[in-house]
Amino acid sequence: MEEPDAWREDVFADRSRLLEGVRAYGLIVAMWMRSTLTYRASFVMTTVGNFVATAFDFVTILLMFAHVDALGGYSLPEIALLYGASATAFGLSDLVLGSVDRLGRRVRDGTLDTLLVRPVPVLAQVAADRFALRRLGRVTQGLLVLGYALVTLDIAWTPLKVAMVPLMVLSGAAVFGAVFVVGAAFQFFAQDASEVQNAFTYGGTTVLQYPPSIFGKELVRGVTFVVPLAFVSWLPALYVLGRDYPLGLPGWAAFLPPVVAGLCWVLAGLAWRTGLRAYRSTGS
Amino acid sequence: MRLYAVVAAGGFRRYATYRAATAAGVFTNTVFGFILAYTYRALWDVRPQLGGYDMSEAVTYVWLGQALLMTCAMMGGGFEDELSERIRTGDIAVDLYRPADLQLWWLAGDVGRAAFHLLGRGIVPMVLGALAFELALPSSPWTWVAFLLSVALGVVVSFGLRFLVALSAFWLMDGAGATQMAMLAGLFFSGMLLPLTLFPGLLGEVARALPWSSLLQVPADVFLGKRTGWGLVQAYAFQAGWAVALLLAGRLLQSAATRRVVVQGG
Repeated sequence: MEEPDAWREDVFADRSRLLEGVRAYGLIVAMWMRSTLTYRASFVMTTVGNFVATAFDFVTILLMFAHVDALGGYSLPEIALLYGASATAFGLSDLVLGSVDRLGRRVRDGTLDTLLVRPVPVLAQVAADRFALRRLGRVTQGLLVLGYALVTLDIAWTPLKVAMVPLMVLSGAAVFGAVFVVGAAFQFFAQDASEVQNAFTYGGTTVLQYPPSIFGKELVRGVTFVVPLAFVSWLPALYVLGRDYPLGLPGWAAFLPPVVAGLCWVLAGLAWRTGLRAYRSTGS
Repeated sequence: MRLYAVVAAGGFRRYATYRAATAAGVFTNTVFGFILAYTYRALWDVRPQLGGYDMSEAVTYVWLGQALLMTCAMMGGGFEDELSERIRTGDIAVDLYRPADLQLWWLAGDVGRAAFHLLGRGIVPMVLGALAFELALPSSPWTWVAFLLSVALGVVVSFGLRFLVALSAFWLMDGAGATQMAMLAGLFFSGMLLPLTLFPGLLGEVARALPWSSLLQVPADVFLGKRTGWGLVQAYAFQAGWAVALLLAGRLLQSAATRRVVVQGG
């Protein structure tokens, strides 16, 4: 008789735990923001530096287009759409969750234990740890390139295509966020292998900044079906551009990003729990 | 001399300790090698012979960049953070007390680090790249020797630049800003983004004359056989010239800085 009630309590417990995590995240982030903004000149410089460093990716593309009119059959504004969507999505997830890549170091030096004894979800603490507001630099340059693409592209806009732009950026950020969490969970096992994560995060966004037509079929398949990064920008952006996806996926696949993002987070949550349960302190 | 050999060996062993990190780095370098090789192929498909390279030379350039990224420390190599942190905290006073030269001490350690990264993170991505793509590998063993010498000079130039960056902490107190600027310049002017021969007009000329081109562009050109005979001598002279100039500048800055050192506390 008590079963349903217990079940309901469990759900509510889960939800309040989620809310608690978000609240704790917000508090820690606010603290780091205050500390960052204490040194204003330093904050401005590092944000500009972050902007410039990430803008180099687009400068490379511009330098390429100084020599050619099209790359893999795509014009500069078309590539700017792919680039802008992917860079903004990645920038957002990097801003919110980018700090989780420090987890390996915490496992190594034993400071993770301090987080475990606090009555706050560990993921929220790790994600908010040393929250780096300067990462707004990356988001800004992504948005600028996206804006440039939307202004210069000659597209027959429909309501669906208009809705697709914010949809792909937000669900793309969620997909990248799940990749960040899986990468962090992996570091519970491989403590000093944080660079593997870079291959999927930084490498992933670099792949998505170019059209799929320039990559080998295996790489396109891997990015679509194994690590589903293609749903961040390639599929929805090619729908907006009115182009076919190289693997011959049906047209409605372009609308899957929110579903894919949800699935990625379910997997990321499982990976995180598995990693956290397997954690044994270094004891030093 | 023996002391610095020991320090260099220590630098090598220190990085050799982190096996998982090295494997992870090799994986990441390989993934980026694949991604960039595909983008270069798309570019050279449209413009064969762009920048004086054919398709296989361009793809080889990509893999050389991945192999030398850590060796020539284009995005920073680690010692500069450590040294500027020692300056900030005042530990530098202890270093100056030692019966060893500050600059040579850190150079020796960095040479050891570079040697490890060349072996640990250079060879495997290059081999994997050669399996997947048609690379323009030198046929003459002398070209390999010439390349290694050019890489060695590139390491010294890289050290010279980063030593200056680290010493700036004497004046700036916080080395983070300078380190970041150095990282940006290293990334852009070494030829890591695109070969410097593709940079247009004056920007290209300036980029090729700056010290950072010694880190990747010059060794890559030696590897690809673009610099032979007199051209090779000029390449070495260019790298060695920058190496000497930067080391001397570091020495001057070091003596100016040590006169400023004020040690706090007892």
